[in-house]
Amino acid sequence: MIVAEGLRKEFGSFAAVDGVDFHIGKGESFGFLGPNGAGKTSTMRMIACMSPYSGGSLRVLGMDPMMQGPAIRGRLGLVPQEDTLDEELTVLDNLYIYGRYFDLPKKLIRERAERLLEFAQLTDRRNDKVGPLSGGMKRRLTIARSLISEPDILILDEPTTGLDPQARHLLWDRLYRLKSQGVTLVITTHYMDEAEQLCDRLVVMDKGRIVAHGSPRALIAEHSTREVVELRFAVDQQEANVGAVADLAERVEVLPDRILLYVHDGDSTVAEVHRRGLTPESALVRRSTLEDVFLHLTGRTLVD
Amino acid sequence: MWVHAYTYSKVWKGSVTTTFLFPLLYLAAMGVGLGTLVDRHAHHVGGVAYVDFLAPGLLAGTIFQVAVNESTYPVMARIKWMRTYWAMLATPLDIDDVLIGHLGWSALRGGMVSGAFLLVMEGFGVIHSWWALAALPLAMAASVAFAAPTTAYAATTTSENGFALLYRFGVMPLFLFSATFFPLGQLPLWLRAVAQCTPLLHAVNLLRDCTLGTGSATQALVDVVYLTVFAAVGIALARRAFRKRMVL
Repeated sequence: MIVAEGLRKEFGSFAAVDGVDFHIGKGESFGFLGPNGAGKTSTMRMIACMSPYSGGSLRVLGMDPMMQGPAIRGRLGLVPQEDTLDEELTVLDNLYIYGRYFDLPKKLIRERAERLLEFAQLTDRRNDKVGPLSGGMKRRLTIARSLISEPDILILDEPTTGLDPQARHLLWDRLYRLKSQGVTLVITTHYMDEAEQLCDRLVVMDKGRIVAHGSPRALIAEHSTREVVELRFAVDQQEANVGAVADLAERVEVLPDRILLYVHDGDSTVAEVHRRGLTPESALVRRSTLEDVFLHLTGRTLVD
Repeated sequence: MWVHAYTYSKVWKGSVTTTFLFPLLYLAAMGVGLGTLVDRHAHHVGGVAYVDFLAPGLLAGTIFQVAVNESTYPVMARIKWMRTYWAMLATPLDIDDVLIGHLGWSALRGGMVSGAFLLVMEGFGVIHSWWALAALPLAMAASVAFAAPTTAYAATTTSENGFALLYRFGVMPLFLFSATFFPLGQLPLWLRAVAQCTPLLHAVNLLRDCTLGTGSATQALVDVVYLTVFAAVGIALARRAFRKRMVL
């Protein structure tokens, strides 16, 4: 459905996307992860044919976004990072107008709008103005709106940023249903749980490049260990104790408040720590998550 | 792609009354009230009663203000606040469709306002020529000419602070000094030359020719050419501004 080779996006001398390759198959749910400024949104906008690419090649649905933008956009749905709803119009009118942009027949739009209102759980707000709706409702409406053309590919740029947990889980459920209907999902997020929930495959981007790709599980296997032991010593005592445990782990990370040991078997590591006479304030064993992979690959320092 | 109009069809209701009320009140107060005084002392302005002279000037001044109003804050809102233009760009529409939609709406809105205005003028008996029928399409075209450069500005500036300046130093002086309320001859020579370079004067000239059935063909041609060029430049600028702002 989407194939990118050496794809680049430059703003002046700054390369926001610096040569990335990926291919996304039909019905797949594909994620772009990365810290702010990694180039995720630029990539999304190029796929959505809203932003011309500066180099490399890009094919969406077998077409070139530079030449056949309108034809491609007619088969895409976009959920942008910031809401772009018309706040002066009602919920239903937002759906209706958007359908008209796709030149859909009025009757068809009315039918679909009813179903989408149901899908987004907004049926009872249909005639309310959009302005005063909650963030979660606006987000659901934005997703419903992007589906009015029954797109083959749905592009979601940080769909759940700023939502409360209830709203996020409801959205995930809706996205999962779309996926099971065969819609190809392209998602950017910096929530690791979201990526693990929704994505079959994903790439991790950093500074405009892809630094890792694979399924969430494969990425954990490749870039982290099975388990992580978090040892918490008294304040400022982490560095003093790291020497005594460093040999127990494949990789050690010292944070201001704790030491992370990346190991295969957490429980036996903790036992060994205690056998060596060390007395951390707490010792927590947990499974490796995508977040460990993410932080390992993109670093812990704040990007902006 | 005239979906814009649909949006406004939902918020019209309030503006319909004002659309009629504005010319009604202005023509009554300034045309009849003030006009009686003017006519008594000046023995008609430009050969006609003051209210006859004033009405087409007000008509042009009104569509000018409406066109500018529709292209300042609303355009900025659709780019920056509500971001609805971005939503449109994610559909098969492209940047030119968005601009055409907006300017088309400006023409339509200008048509509505001038239609109402002309009806009120007819009620006051200040229309003296069948040429007044041409005033409607001319007013719509002039609306586009006014809207286009304003749109270009709204799409270029990132802060709404500039609009206050635009109104104070652009819209207000043009509204007052473009032969709207008094003949150009009242101005000192150098100001007359300045006024000749501004767009509203030419719209006033044209519309006055239409409703009074006066004026020379040469002058009308100059006015039409000026407004056409002004519109063309404005559209080119707006197109460039839209591209620069929204095709990143």
